[in-house]
Amino acid sequence: MSVHLQLIAAEFRRQSTYRLALAAGVFTNGIFGLIRAGVLLAAVAGAGGEAGGYDARTAILYVLWGQALLGAIPMWGWNEVASRVRTGEIAVDLARPIDLQVYWWFRDLGRAAMQFLGRGLPILILGSVVLRVPPPTDPLVWLAGALGLILGLAVNFLGRYALNLISFWTIEMQGFQILYMVVVSLLTGFTVPIHLFPGWLKTIAEWSPFPSMYQYPVDLISGRTTGVDVLPIIGIQLAWLLVLLVGTRVMTHFGTRRLVIQGG
Amino acid sequence: MTIIETEDLRREFIVRAKAGRFTRTKKVVAAVDGISCSIAEGESVGYIGANGAGKSTTIKMLTGILVPTSGRVTTCGLPPVERRKDLARQIGVVFGQRTQLWWDLPLRESFTILGAIHRIGARAAADRIDQLVAELELAEFLDTPVRQLSLGQRMRGEVAAALAHRPRLLILDEPTIGLDMISKERLRQFLVAERAERGTTLLLTTHDMGDIERLCERVLVVDQGQLVHDGALGELRRTVALDRTMVVDYAEPQPPHEIPGTERVGYEIDGLRQSYRFHPTQTTAAKVVTEASRFGEVRDLTLQEPAIEDIVRTLYGARGSA
Amino acid sequence: MARLRSQMVYRTSFVLNVIGTFFTGLIEFVEIYVLLATAPIFGGLTLPEASLVFALSSVSFGLADMVFGQMDSLPSFIKQGQLESFLTKPLRLVPQMITSTVQLRRLARVLLGVITFAIAVPHAGIAWSPVMVGVVVGALVFGTTIFSALFVLAGGCQFWLINGTEFTNAFVYGGKYVSQLPGPVLLTPIRVFFTFVVPATVTTYLPVLILLDKPGPALLPQVLGWGAPLFAVWAWVLALVVWRAGVRKYTGAGG
Repeated sequence: MSVHLQLIAAEFRRQSTYRLALAAGVFTNGIFGLIRAGVLLAAVAGAGGEAGGYDARTAILYVLWGQALLGAIPMWGWNEVASRVRTGEIAVDLARPIDLQVYWWFRDLGRAAMQFLGRGLPILILGSVVLRVPPPTDPLVWLAGALGLILGLAVNFLGRYALNLISFWTIEMQGFQILYMVVVSLLTGFTVPIHLFPGWLKTIAEWSPFPSMYQYPVDLISGRTTGVDVLPIIGIQLAWLLVLLVGTRVMTHFGTRRLVIQGG
Repeated sequence: MTIIETEDLRREFIVRAKAGRFTRTKKVVAAVDGISCSIAEGESVGYIGANGAGKSTTIKMLTGILVPTSGRVTTCGLPPVERRKDLARQIGVVFGQRTQLWWDLPLRESFTILGAIHRIGARAAADRIDQLVAELELAEFLDTPVRQLSLGQRMRGEVAAALAHRPRLLILDEPTIGLDMISKERLRQFLVAERAERGTTLLLTTHDMGDIERLCERVLVVDQGQLVHDGALGELRRTVALDRTMVVDYAEPQPPHEIPGTERVGYEIDGLRQSYRFHPTQTTAAKVVTEASRFGEVRDLTLQEPAIEDIVRTLYGARGSA
Repeated sequence: MARLRSQMVYRTSFVLNVIGTFFTGLIEFVEIYVLLATAPIFGGLTLPEASLVFALSSVSFGLADMVFGQMDSLPSFIKQGQLESFLTKPLRLVPQMITSTVQLRRLARVLLGVITFAIAVPHAGIAWSPVMVGVVVGALVFGTTIFSALFVLAGGCQFWLINGTEFTNAFVYGGKYVSQLPGPVLLTPIRVFFTFVVPATVTTYLPVLILLDKPGPALLPQVLGWGAPLFAVWAWVLALVVWRAGVRKYTGAGG
């Protein structure tokens, strides 16, 4: 097996050892899902049955997929690289014949896969039954959704990774982490779909990479965006993927150089 | 053939300290201050010195994760920083207190992953792992998650992980720290056999004289970033012969005994515990044990070695006054 | 006091944390603001009215979190062996744990609540009287009491859930979330659970109904709001029963 598959498989198994945490995630994300479903249904009802292009059914789908993806595409909290810089364990990573970003990216794929199977799928199944929303039947929706989700995860990883890389320059990471968390939970469209944002806020969101992590993939998989409209969405995701890829490569290069010159 | 070569190697750090309410002072501290040395392929070298003497800084520069301020360093014929990844394929490193194993997974899986990272074929990797498992006696806990292993078990795992890709050079930073006597001995035996069989070059830092005695033909002593001794262990002993102390625990109370070549420095609990200090040129530990056991049944023995700090201090004192 | 002062020493970090806590709370408010920008009415309330619910929740939760917030990090107390050192002292466990770290930064959430309240009140059209002032004070007192009980309850559950701490987030942070919302938006099972088992709606939405003299939806009549003291007693009974059982399990099992 190649090193890439090995890393995916290893992280997948590592995640699977935390069974109780996975079960806790299903339970808690599920409860929050029920609360959020009520909130969005009330908003749609308050607006006369349709708000920002959401009706009752699509609103529920939005919440359902959101809660299901929370484990795989985390909105907050991943500081593994930053904490390894703080403890000096990054030395172990640098003394390996593998690129730092490649190493963590493939591990992240394994993590996401386990989180989706262990946390996301049970929520999707239970949620579809409890809230009575059948899964999409159009194979094109599944295809576009799967593509959107994979791109969303990649953009999301690169965002988190870039945040972690800041620790190569400063030990005061807390401010950046808080800022990232605040911005991400709003602008990804996780808290409220960006289609409901007032104009100015929507413009800010649309010019950021954040909806590509979350709002757009959910739009695709829930069948809100279909037909030719899928293409520009995928295009935007790809564009951000490219921008962040270049950005993180530059950061990795200069950050590593700084680390070996400064001595961590 | 030379495997490590340094020439006037120097590394400075800038230490910032708060001097007043608004002022900060900058101080340049040389952690490694002009070290020149050459280690040949197949040698086994102990790199010793007090904490903060510059050992870890040197190792970081040898492995390419720290840039020297000035001077030159070549490891396995490569400039370490520029060729860090190529170098990583040829060396194995165990950084003290840092793990390269996957904490939550069985030990076995860490080996598989490291094999893949080093891009050695699955077949070759499996053969090598089997060999290491046998020699380091890892079989009984190979399927236990690393976080459940004892320190001794884990350290053997770390060493196996560092050797999985058959490196030419093995660098161990404090490999025996915190291990019990049996674990230490097992690890040393393995390293001796590994070197005999494959001719792996060994560079280790340690605070344990036992490690040096069993494993190292040559000792480099570093103090305040400078090399203060480079030679065989025997030479070091002769330069700085310090006293050792044998603590003997008897099964029955004993009167105070005299052992030739030693000075009794302790007599506790009616003679149940007696301590004898001796100079290595006067007698040997083995002779002391033989003598001591003639007086009665011995329950336990502890040999207190001179601390490396003491050796270094003595050495440095000698150098300073010379 | 020494502990409080030590938090001030790391000033940059403290300031960042305060700002972070404030903005995290603000984002939660933005959710309600955005939903009410789409529709004029959300769960039967206008923006100023819904803001009052949010404000009451923020102040109460912030105060409880400041004092009892450390309770749900019990697993790390256990892992670091700190719990043993608490148990060996001749003091009760809960007071020791809560005084080990009082998180001043969480005052930021209280501040956010106060600001929201101050801005929203003039637009809410409340017929003020001494009784109404009493309702607000009571909501804050019993609200803080109830949220504090939830933290203790979560702490008690942690004795069983060392690696599954996220379970308790469902009712602690889920409770916080529910308490910020107008009651009618809650689906029936959520409405029942977070009123009669975990009384999260009782000191936020219900007092606002009293202030505005609105009737309230099914299962959440206005009159229930007057029962806040009883719900507070219930929350603490539940919390202490679970907590005691947890401690017994921990010490009985020998750690």
